[in-house]
Order: sequence, then structure tokens, then C-alpha cells
Amino acid sequence: MDHLPKWADVALVPLISLVLAALVSALVLLAIGQDPVEAFKVMVSGAVGSANGWGYTLYYATSFMFTGLAVTVAFHAGLFNIGGEGQAQLGGLGVALVCLALPWPHWTLALLAASLGAAAFGAAWAAIPAYLQAKRGSHIVITTIMFNYIAAAFLVFMLVDVLRPAGSMDPASAKFPVGAKLPSLTDIPLIQDLFVRYNPDGTLRLTKAGDIAYVNIPANVTLFVAILACVAIWALLWRTRLGYQIRAFGKSEKASLYAGISPLRITMIAMLISGGLSGLMAINNVMGQSERLLQGSGEGAGFIGIAVALMGRNHPIGIFLAAILFGFLYQGGASLGLNTSIPIEMRVVVQGLVILFTGALDMMVRMILTWIFGMFRSHKLGAA
Amino acid sequence: MTAAADMDTTGGRQATAAPFAIELKGVSKSFGPVQANKDINIAVPRGTINGIIGENGAGKSTLMSILYGFYKADAGEIFINGRPTAIPDSQSAIRAGIGMVFQHFKLVQNFSVLENVVLGAEEGALLNRSLAKARKLLSDLAREYELDVDPDALIEDLSVGHQQRVEILKALYRHADILILDEPTGVLTPDEADHLFRILKGLRDQGKTIILITHKLREIMETTDNVSVMRRGTMVGTVKTSETSPEALAELMVGRKVLLEVEKRPARPGARILSVENLSVRDEHKVERLKGVSFDIHAGEILGIAGVAGNGQSELLAALGGIARATGRVVVNGNDLPLKGANGQSRRAAGIAHVPEDRQHLGLIMDFTAWENVAFGYHNAPQYQRSWLFMDNAAIREDTAKKMATFDVRPPIPTLAAKSFSGGNQQKIVVAREMEQDPELLLIGQPTRGVDIGAIEFIHKQIVALRDQGRAILLVSVELDEIMSLSDRIAVMFDGRIMGFRDPAKTNERELGLMMAGMTGDDPKIGAA
Repeated sequence: MDHLPKWADVALVPLISLVLAALVSALVLLAIGQDPVEAFKVMVSGAVGSANGWGYTLYYATSFMFTGLAVTVAFHAGLFNIGGEGQAQLGGLGVALVCLALPWPHWTLALLAASLGAAAFGAAWAAIPAYLQAKRGSHIVITTIMFNYIAAAFLVFMLVDVLRPAGSMDPASAKFPVGAKLPSLTDIPLIQDLFVRYNPDGTLRLTKAGDIAYVNIPANVTLFVAILACVAIWALLWRTRLGYQIRAFGKSEKASLYAGISPLRITMIAMLISGGLSGLMAINNVMGQSERLLQGSGEGAGFIGIAVALMGRNHPIGIFLAAILFGFLYQGGASLGLNTSIPIEMRVVVQGLVILFTGALDMMVRMILTWIFGMFRSHKLGAA
Repeated sequence: MTAAADMDTTGGRQATAAPFAIELKGVSKSFGPVQANKDINIAVPRGTINGIIGENGAGKSTLMSILYGFYKADAGEIFINGRPTAIPDSQSAIRAGIGMVFQHFKLVQNFSVLENVVLGAEEGALLNRSLAKARKLLSDLAREYELDVDPDALIEDLSVGHQQRVEILKALYRHADILILDEPTGVLTPDEADHLFRILKGLRDQGKTIILITHKLREIMETTDNVSVMRRGTMVGTVKTSETSPEALAELMVGRKVLLEVEKRPARPGARILSVENLSVRDEHKVERLKGVSFDIHAGEILGIAGVAGNGQSELLAALGGIARATGRVVVNGNDLPLKGANGQSRRAAGIAHVPEDRQHLGLIMDFTAWENVAFGYHNAPQYQRSWLFMDNAAIREDTAKKMATFDVRPPIPTLAAKSFSGGNQQKIVVAREMEQDPELLLIGQPTRGVDIGAIEFIHKQIVALRDQGRAILLVSVELDEIMSLSDRIAVMFDGRIMGFRDPAKTNERELGLMMAGMTGDDPKIGAA
């Protein structure tokens, strides 16, 4: 069997898959009587054509990085964690409990504590399916899906009966104290320059107080926590004994038994880390954006994490890039719904096609490319 | 000379007179850059048994796959009974009268023998007629060739030797004149193998042509009329078996002189290293697979466990290696080993190294690189750590390069994935990893399964060298030759029990073969003979 050159394997295959997904999306748009070129322009300008667009794209990307990493860690242990959504919701509960517990003096302390809370709650939610898998052989795909529903129901109960402030009609927690407010990207020197607002005539817009005005965006410091998590997970998987054991177990449970790697221990640890990462997502949206706990706080990111991990080849660098791509799709799709008559559901279609082509049909592109490269090579050999 | 040339030009019309059942001319086949078969010429006379030998990857299987229509040759011609024949698929091969008995049987386990024989060759919508026809044929064949199998038995109830007979019957039912057998004796007892060879000789005497692919020189010498040797995709020669010797064949296969006999001095057993008492193992269905075995191994001694695969040897290794739960008592150097919460790590700490029988599923992680595999099982070793948190990957790679040099692993590239190495080199990686730990006790299962002759010689030397350093070695192998030449003491296993111990100098294959089949033995529980 021939092999593709590394660059083609890593860059060319996903790129071609993306182009194919875009082409089929264009066909779908044509079929519903829309102009695909116009739609594409709106998506690009909506997602990356303005400071505001970038603010949302990066915000979504941050969430997807966490959930993508979560799927990846479990995947390397040979486990398919579909419970990211539920674990993220429990993570949100952890964040809310921590943030509401104290009048936090500074956001750094709040961030640290909330991260611990989020990770602990997410991990705890993953621990039960993990234990059932390792001890009872209950398939983790089934149990994690079930736990998504249990999490959603549990959260409704918590919001309605426990966390809802007296007199409020909203199934939501109280707003978090000011001390727990995370800085937006527009609060950070240098980076904030990317998000300045302009007047229609092209001059800088100023606030009433005379300061420079920035666009209002949800992207916040959690982005850096997510990037840090990418680095940490890379180091964990490829530089530590634990990561070695996780990968060995994921490749061959039988061989791991021979090597003295405990299936129970690795299943538990990998799922705890995975659930913890899903839970950490909540500091981005619950703490960084909504600043209170709402229903459905997973925002679907738990599921998109599966696609991100798939497209990112279960490698943190790939996940970083794939998360940004899906952030782009998410935000671009939203602007489709806002600025055109194309229904917002179209973004689900586009995402589905991207997942189909980059994930499921990956082998198809790879086989065709391998064949083309093979032809090219034998041609060169023949000439020589 | 001229007469022969004249005949060749008219070959097509004189097909009936052609002396060759199969003739291949200039057959080549490449897989990408790898040329598996290079310009192969071979002529197989009708009514003979022909051996094809060669190391792993020499191209034997590729050649036979071309003949059976699994692969299409890039170049060359195939003549069947003198007639040029295209074989684009296995249906054409069957029509051309070629039958194949694969190493791994292709039988439906819960079908009867008859049903398996007619499967795919049924005539009409109702089975009665084909079944009746097959039943008649089977009874004819049984009489003629000792090919007796109960036609109504289910495959899953048959022994491996009988299942193989069903495969042969399948081919004969399809009117095969040419029978190809791929490594047919790998799973048979010596007795069953002898029986198979009697069947093959009977078929030959009836005019059938047989091609026997094997790596066992002894079988070639005993059974075949001609033998063709392949090396690295080329046919290096075809000789009459009566005019060659195992040594000459081995040299042809490898391309250099090979020592077939293991050179070793008499053992000088020292202190008792391993003591096993009444060790039993149950499988996941609670069936007892190992039934209370007891033995000792001393320092500087190789105890060989002989037996047909599946008679408890794997469970014995698994229990000692900490993979399977067991009951009984195991003492290493005076320390009792835990048998319940067993763990491969604690075994390694006790000085036990383990080369498992199944290197592809147990001993290696095929997707991991060679260096990651060298750390496999020893990933907690202090010399492989940079700090409490990080592993020292550079140190492991360096260590791997050293081990690869010592054990002559080719290619010596630590960053190559295990699956990219040949079987022999994969085995060398496992053997290197386990032996270089300088263990007190080495468990080694099927050390040379699927390994080519050159590497076999090397691995055998290493085992003997380790023994001479005063280590205890438990050798499990289904190759009786290997057991007889390496062991200082032989224990024969059958049905989860040890049938008895023998001194390799004072026994023979016949006696061991009977013990392996459970016919005789010293174990009073068997009620021997």
C-alpha cells in the first residue's frame, strides 16, 4: 500500500474535503433557490470580515476547543465520549455554584476556583459512565448519551427549584457577582486594538468619557485557557507516562493487560480528564458570557466537539484549527440567518456536510489522492 | 533440443500431451514499489507433489494468490495442462481445476460437513440432490484416500485435522485436479500431519497434482517429489527432492549457510527459580483450561512445553505472566506471586520477562513506533523517565537504537511503526525488549512463529545464551523440532494437563506425538493407555 506524503495527509486531505463540502453546500443552496456565492460572502464577512465577527467566531472556537479536546482524550483511550454536552452543563453548574458562593475580590481567583469547579463537576458526570464501562461493560456510547438527558433534566431541576432567585420567573441562576466577571478580549492591552470601533467616516469612535470605544464581543480570556489546555493535552498524551498508557490502552486493550496497564484505572482517568475538559467549557460561556447559569448551557458545543476532534485528527494542533473553522461556520451561519432570507438551519446543513466530508468520507479523498500520487510516482520512476 | 522446441510451438494443439499441470512463464507482480514476484518461471509435472518453500515475504503466497485468481499478475502467462489460461477470479481457478486449502479454514462452523462441502456449488433450488451426490462422493473418497469424516457432523465438533480434510473434500467435490495447500500442518499434531501426507500421496497416485507451501524443511523432504525455492520474490531454483538436503535448501532460501541444529552445551541447572504447584486457570466461560499443573524450573535450564495449540499452554503463560487469574501456587526465587489480582507490572518487578505467543496482539502495539514498543511494559522504568511527570523519549529512542543493533533488527529505525516491520523483525523487537531486561525467568511462547530461518537461528542462539548465563527459561512451542532441539527437559501438555516429562535425548517424536494426542502419559488422572 502506498503512503501519502505527510504534508498531503495533514493539509491537502482536509482541504479537499472542505472544498467538497462547500461545493455540495452550494448545490443545496441552489436547490432552495439561493445564490451560493452571495451566501458564502455573507458567511465570510459575518464571521471574519469584522472585529465583531471575529469576536463571536473566537468565542465559539474557545468552547469547541475544550469539547474537541475532551473527545480526543477519550478517543486516545479507545473510548467514545458522546457525553460532552451533559458534562458541559454540569460544568456550568459547578461554575455557578463557585461564582455565587463568594463575593469574589478579583477575577483571577474566581477564574481559578470556577475552573476547578467546572472541571470537577464535568469529571464527576463522566465518572459514572466510565465506571459502568470499566466494571460492568455497559457501553460508554449509550451511557454518555443517556447522561446528556439526565444532565439536562437535572439542570432544569437545579435552576427551577434551587438556584432561581426568589421572585424570578426565569429558570436561571442569579447574576454572578462583579468580582467574577472575566475580562473580554477588548480589556486586554494590544489585543484590544484589534477590536476598536470606527465611526462611519473611518475615524475612531470614542466613548462619552472620551476613551476609545471597543466592539461588544463575547470572546474572553477563556480563549487563553483553551490554548493552554491544547498544549497541556498534547504534553499529557505524548510526553507523560499517563498519556503513554492511555494511548497504549486505546490501541490495544489486550496488549495493555500484558504490559500491566490497568483497564479500570485508565478508563477512569481518561474519562475524568475528558469530562473535566468538557466541564471547563462552561467558564467560556457561563462565566465569560452569560454571567449566570441558563438552561441548555451546553449550547450544542458538546456535540460539535466530536466533529472538531474528528476533523482535527485527534491532535491538539488539529483541534485548535478545526475549532476555529467550526467557530467560523457557527458565526457565519448565524449571519446567514440575520442578513439573508436563507434560514439559519442552513448552518446545520453546512456543518453536517463538513463533518460528512472531513470525517466520514475522509478515506474516500485519501484513497483517490493516494492513487493520484501513486500514478505520479510510477510516472516519475518510468521516466528515470 | 529441437524436438522439444518443435513441440513447444504446437503446444496449444497438443495440450493433452503436455506433461505439466501448471506452468508459469515470466510472472511478475508489484505492490507499489515492492516487487513481490519477479519473472517467476515454474513448471509442475502432473501427478507429483511439489513443495514451495521460502522465507516470509519471499512471495510464495502472492504467487499462489495469482494462481487462485486473488491477484492479477502484472506480466507473464499461466498454462494449465498446457493451455494458456486467464484466471481473473477464484471461480475461474475452480473451473480450471484448481483447489486451494487455506491456512485459516473457510468453513461455516454450525453447518454440517456435507453442507459445507456443497456450499456455493449447490445444484438447483433444493439441496437434496447436491447433498445426496456429495454424500456418495464423500464415501467414495473416504474409501480411496483415508479421507474419512462423518458427513453429518457439525464443523464446530470436529478436530482441526478433520476440518482440514473437509477443506480438501470441498476442493475435490469441485473436481480439483490441482490442489494447493498453504502451510497445512501448522495446526496439526505430528500424527495428524502424517495422516495428511498419506492422503496427499494417495491423491498424487491417482494423478492429482499437489502444491505444498510450507516453511518446514522436514515435511518437504518427506513428502514432495520436487521442491521450488523462492527468495525475495524470485524463484531461485527447482530441484528434485531426492537430490537435495535440508541444509542445501536452507542455504538456497536464505542465501547463506544456516545452522539448522542449535549448538548448545549440556545444561548445568542451578538453584530452583520457579516452582509451580497445582496451577489452574478458568476462561471467561468458567471452563477450566489449565487443570492443576505442577513443575519446577532451575537456573540455567530450559523447560520446553510441547503440545498442540490450545491445550492449556497459552493459559499457563497468561497465568505466569500476570494476565489471567489463576489458582494454585507460584513461587519465584522463594517469593509467592499473587495469582488473583495479577498484574503484568508486578511480574516484571519479580524478574519475570515474557515474550508472549501472540506478538501482534499482546507483545506489540502495531500502531506504536518501535521505540514506544521497546518501552511497552517497562514504561515505569526509572531510566525512561525525565522527571516525575515526563518520560524521557530521547533516552528510550537511544536505548531502542542500541537494542536494534544488538538484535540486528532491520531496518534499524526506532521511529518506524511496529506494523512496518516484517514478522521476524517484530519478533526480534519483542525478544530484544524482554531479554535485555536480564530477567531471572523468561517466559517465551512460540519464539519463532512466522519468523524466517535466518532469524530463527538468531533467536535460538539468544535463548541458549540466556540459559548459559544462568537464567531459567520456560519455552512454549507447537513446533516439536524447536522443543526437541532447545529444551533441557520437555513437558508435554494435553487438555490442560501435563502428560509427563521427558529427557529430549531419551525420547522421540513418536512418543511425544502420542503424549500430545493424549494417548499415553504419566499423569495418573488420565488413566494412561
